[in-house]
Amino acid sequence: MSDALNSGQTPLYGMAPKRSFRPRLTLALDTFGAWTLAIVWIAPLLFAVWAAFHSTSDAVNFNLAGAWTLDNFRTAWDGAPWMRYFFNTFLLVTVVLAGQLVVTTLAGYAFAQFQFPGRDVLFIIVLLQLFILPEVLIVENYAMVSRLGMFDTVFGIGTPYWASAFGIFLMRQAFKSVPKELDEAARIEGCSWFGVLWRVYVPSAKPTYLAYALVSVSTHWNNFLWPLIVTNSETTRPLTVGLSLFGAPESGVNISVISAATIMSVAPLLIAFLLFQRQFVQAFLRAGIK
Amino acid sequence: MNDLARYERRRRIMYGWMLLSPALILLSLFAFIPSAMTFWSSLFSRGTRRNPSEFVGTGNYDLLFADPTFSKVVVNNLIYAGVTIPVSIIIALAMALWANSKIPARGFVRTAFFTPTILPMIAAANIWLFFYTPGLGVLDQIGALFGFGSVNWLGRPETALWAVIIVTIWKEAGFFMIFYLAALQTIPPDLKEAADIEGTSRWTYTRRIVLPLLMPTTIFVAVNALINSVKLIDHLFILTKGGPSDASKLVLYYIWELAFSYFDRPQAAALTVMVLAVLGVTAAIKFIILDRRTHYQ
Repeated sequence: MSDALNSGQTPLYGMAPKRSFRPRLTLALDTFGAWTLAIVWIAPLLFAVWAAFHSTSDAVNFNLAGAWTLDNFRTAWDGAPWMRYFFNTFLLVTVVLAGQLVVTTLAGYAFAQFQFPGRDVLFIIVLLQLFILPEVLIVENYAMVSRLGMFDTVFGIGTPYWASAFGIFLMRQAFKSVPKELDEAARIEGCSWFGVLWRVYVPSAKPTYLAYALVSVSTHWNNFLWPLIVTNSETTRPLTVGLSLFGAPESGVNISVISAATIMSVAPLLIAFLLFQRQFVQAFLRAGIK
Repeated sequence: MNDLARYERRRRIMYGWMLLSPALILLSLFAFIPSAMTFWSSLFSRGTRRNPSEFVGTGNYDLLFADPTFSKVVVNNLIYAGVTIPVSIIIALAMALWANSKIPARGFVRTAFFTPTILPMIAAANIWLFFYTPGLGVLDQIGALFGFGSVNWLGRPETALWAVIIVTIWKEAGFFMIFYLAALQTIPPDLKEAADIEGTSRWTYTRRIVLPLLMPTTIFVAVNALINSVKLIDHLFILTKGGPSDASKLVLYYIWELAFSYFDRPQAAALTVMVLAVLGVTAAIKFIILDRRTHYQ
């Protein structure tokens, strides 16, 4: 220990030139490494964007001088009912989010502020759902959705996600941090339990709601397997499923057109992300940290 | 007074259950009942018109264990998990350390790392299809510059699973970076200053101070990566469909195929029960052991 202290103290003056050189070297190495990885990481996407605006022969030959064109987008747009798919996805994320907000708010409130026997056991049971993934239960959930008459409807895709254990957990955490005095003051003023929830708890958890909404929307905008199973028609099929059908090799679509369709279908979320990057990242952070 | 207190208590119990009921009903409908039904139907044989379904006990499990595709998909999934989890974690950590250091154009670097996370897996698979296509694909073009021949990355049993693994890592590393980035920002700067005064090398500082402080994040990320290694199979539908000859088939894809292509529900149920068991053990380890150990702060 004393050695370490000494070696740190004595050469303070002598170290000055060395210290100004080494940080510069490590900074240069860091910059090189970070930039290389960043370029490698973004290249596939940039390449797809570039290819979407070029003819197939230019794209596969790397012809950087090739002419820019919108033909691929025209072909892709005419190849499938994209407008309908966009609308379906939009409706789907709305239905999922609306249901989730209601269910998780009520349950989170109960877990955070109500004392009753069996509460903690119930909470553990709810948390179990974090591991009983809806994706794994596709077979029986498909049977259940059919039994309830919701096959090939937006509710059939959406309702299994309403009671999100993750959302309940987030809301409980957010509501727990509300000071008890606020709650009591509202009650003394004559607020019902619903009034307290609506006027005190919900407003104080706004950042959590925003975070959860962003995570939910981007998850369900991108979800594929479950919608693939429970949809069967153009009128309910979301974008991801439509895109997978469009890109299927059997349909013989060329690769520039697939790129155009892909870019087209990710564009809304991607543009939203680039515009609100900070909020997005904050949202994911808030949602992930317990 | 006593009566009033008791009345108030009972009322709160009632409200508590009332508030929870939508969540409990939905969880029962779409998680607990289906889990129980899965277990139940895994004990019965597949009914045909001539032979109605009958109780076979562990018969479906025996069939699975005798099925060569079953052992193939389990091994594939173990490789998939065994590679994607550690590699994603290491890349995510490197990304976070870089995205947190004072390099020029840090904003661009962060965006580049995180953007793949925003894409649907189907879109990511479409993009990578471009790279893997034999002859035309970008990888082949790059290989040709160095004199390599054309490789059918997705069509060869030796490379198909690896092609799928690369897409998964590309998609999830940036997501995990975010959690490391958050954790790094909670490390007090005086630790770094103290280490500098002590003349500690950067490597020692990272290994002895940063990594231990990131341990809870690493466990959180590892559990998420493990769950992803079970459920993240969307790209298989675009890239390989599990082929060639099951070389890239993963467990959940096989469940889907058993149930919706071969209409063999009992086999699918038996396989689902095994996946649920593995996830259950993971949950128990996470809640009972890890959560206790890592909350030392």
